[in-house]
Amino acid sequence: MTDRIEKTIELKAPVSRVWRALTDHREFGTWFRVRLDGPFVPGQVSRGHITNPGYEHIRWEAIVQKIEPERLFSFTWRPYAIDPNQDYSSEPSTLVEFTLQKIPAGTLLRVVESGFVKIPSKRRLEAFRMNDSGWSQQMQNIAVHVERP
Amino acid sequence: MFAALGDETRLSVLTKLCDGVPQSISRLTAGTKLSRQAVTKHLRVLANAGVVRNVRTGRENLFELEPQPIEEVRDYLDQVSRQWDDALARLKSRVEG
Repeated sequence: MTDRIEKTIELKAPVSRVWRALTDHREFGTWFRVRLDGPFVPGQVSRGHITNPGYEHIRWEAIVQKIEPERLFSFTWRPYAIDPNQDYSSEPSTLVEFTLQKIPAGTLLRVVESGFVKIPSKRRLEAFRMNDSGWSQQMQNIAVHVERP
Repeated sequence: MFAALGDETRLSVLTKLCDGVPQSISRLTAGTKLSRQAVTKHLRVLANAGVVRNVRTGRENLFELEPQPIEEVRDYLDQVSRQWDDALARLKSRVEG
C-alpha cells in the first residue's frame, strides 16, 4: 500500500500552454472546477470555492509551494476538508506536485499527490461517502463533454 | 493507518493473517527472525490502527485481520485517483482544444 497517487498524461500542446493552464488561477479554475479569489503566489494561501455541480460554494483552500516556470508547480491542501462548519487548520495536508517535460508530441505532465500517511481515517471515510455519488455524475458530464462533435 | 502499514515487518504479519484465520503470537513469530516481543509490539501498532483485532478463545490470545479499514483506505485512494483522472481529462480538453 502506497501513500501517494501518481498520474502521467501526454498533452498535445506546448509546455508554455500547459504551464499557463496550471498556474493562471482563472485557467486552473476552469478544469479543476474551482473559482479562485486571486493569483497563485508561492508561500501564500490560495482561496476560493468549488464549482463542481453538487459541491458549489464549498470552500477551497491551498498553500502554494513552488512555482518554477514551466517546470514545477506545487501546493499543499486538504482535499477532504469539505464541511463548512469544521475548522481543519490543525489537520495535516497532502502535497500536490505538477511537473512538466517537453516531448516531441508536446508536453508530458506528471502529477503526484503525496502525504496521505497522516490523514485520520474518519476524515477519509467522510470525504469518500460525501464525494462518491457526486463524482460518478461528474464522470458522466465529462464523457458528454469530450464526445461532443 | 498508512504509517501502520508502511513497515515491512508489519506487512508480513498482516500477510500471515490474510486468510482470515486467527493466530497466536507464537504462530506469527514462527519462521521469522523476530523476537516474540517485537511481533507483539507490531501487533499493538496494527491493533491501534484498527487493522488487527484481538480475539480471546479460552486461554488463547489470538489475533485476526480487520479487513474493513484496509478496504476503506483502498477505496479512498481509488476515489482520489479517479478525481485526478477526471480533472486531467478536462485539462487535456482545454489545452488541446
